[in-house]
Amino acid sequence: MDDDHSDHHHSAAPTTELEERVRRLETLLVEKGLVDPAAIDRLIDTYENKVGPRNGAKVVAKAWADPDYRSRLLADATAAIASLGFSGRQGEHMVAVENTPETHNLVVCTLCSCYPWPVLGLPPVWYKSPAYRSRAVSEPRAVLAEFGVDLPDSVQVDVWDSTAEIRYLVIPMRPAGTEGWSEDQLAGLVTRDSMIGAGLANSPEAR
Amino acid sequence: MNGIHDLGGMHGFGPVRKDADEETFHGEWERRVFGLTLAMGATGAWNLDMSRHARERMDPADYLRSSYYEIWLAGLERLLRESGIVDETELQSGRPLAGGVRPPRILKADDVAGVLARGASCERASESPAIFAVGDRVRARNMHPAHHTRLPRYVRGRPGVIERVQGRFVFPDAHAHGKGESPQWCYSVRFAGRDLWGEDAEPQSSALVDCWESYLEAADR
Repeated sequence: MDDDHSDHHHSAAPTTELEERVRRLETLLVEKGLVDPAAIDRLIDTYENKVGPRNGAKVVAKAWADPDYRSRLLADATAAIASLGFSGRQGEHMVAVENTPETHNLVVCTLCSCYPWPVLGLPPVWYKSPAYRSRAVSEPRAVLAEFGVDLPDSVQVDVWDSTAEIRYLVIPMRPAGTEGWSEDQLAGLVTRDSMIGAGLANSPEAR
Repeated sequence: MNGIHDLGGMHGFGPVRKDADEETFHGEWERRVFGLTLAMGATGAWNLDMSRHARERMDPADYLRSSYYEIWLAGLERLLRESGIVDETELQSGRPLAGGVRPPRILKADDVAGVLARGASCERASESPAIFAVGDRVRARNMHPAHHTRLPRYVRGRPGVIERVQGRFVFPDAHAHGKGESPQWCYSVRFAGRDLWGEDAEPQSSALVDCWESYLEAADR
């Protein structure tokens, strides 16, 4: 593969011009009394510092450790996740899909960037990139291989395209060698990518 | 609409590149665009489907040339103009003029936590039973509406099987155009890789796509 695609989806226009355009817009909206700058700060702080994949890791760890919770999560993910205190915007309608030795699940939004904010925070840049959005549905194994996940042909790959308001959380397979671990210990093995299906949970040795 | 945003199955974008860092935002301007977009979304001047439709109407070449938050910025400016809240002169100058439409409410800092925690459920009470059941064979309709739709091109005309009945949800094709919520049943439909990509499909793969009822027709195959 060539390198022509490196970063042109990341920052195209000169940043100073963009910064000026955004400043102008915020000034305008504040002066018109349409936005409260303190509300903007709070929105940013929420998703930069408070909500993130550690939330989802707690959900997964609990599902691994507690068979009753796992059943509830698979039956009604919205309620099961809310019972741990994670709910709200972009997580109003949750579905949990479980990886097994027979089936690997991968989540994408080919049309935009839908992502389960309350459990994973805001999506990484790659998740929103044309490369991922275009290829996850047509060549998921090739995409997974680029993430270091090589699946045998015998494993069924299910790709969930988030075209509606349902948001998907992948429950990765519990790593071997973690028998008797606490939920806190287990949560430390759950990576963000594993909850998108683009990775596996860390093994105890890799910690 | 058959827009540039509908990327599923396209070639030419190269490998997926993992992020160089784990930063949520890259630069202060991205933070502000994110915050402004959510804050203006909370005013009730438009809905989420209108926001998506504003972004996907961006000039196709500009869309691919732009970074993610540039697309959000252009979408927000478009929504502000189209809703009559600000005009082009104001956007260019950054200085407010008299007049302009007032949105229903303003998001105050103290309301942020509550608004985010509540979210906005799109599920609506059922008035009629779902037509399809899990296991039913269906076909995604071959349709090419010029308006907003959430049926991606790569499944149109393709056979699939109902995997889950998700509930009855606000219909984006109507909601994005101010035509009310018109809720419909929504299903997760399993499309086999072979049915989508023919001989070029990878082995043992499926795409599961959430489809509103009117996107589907019964199939016997």
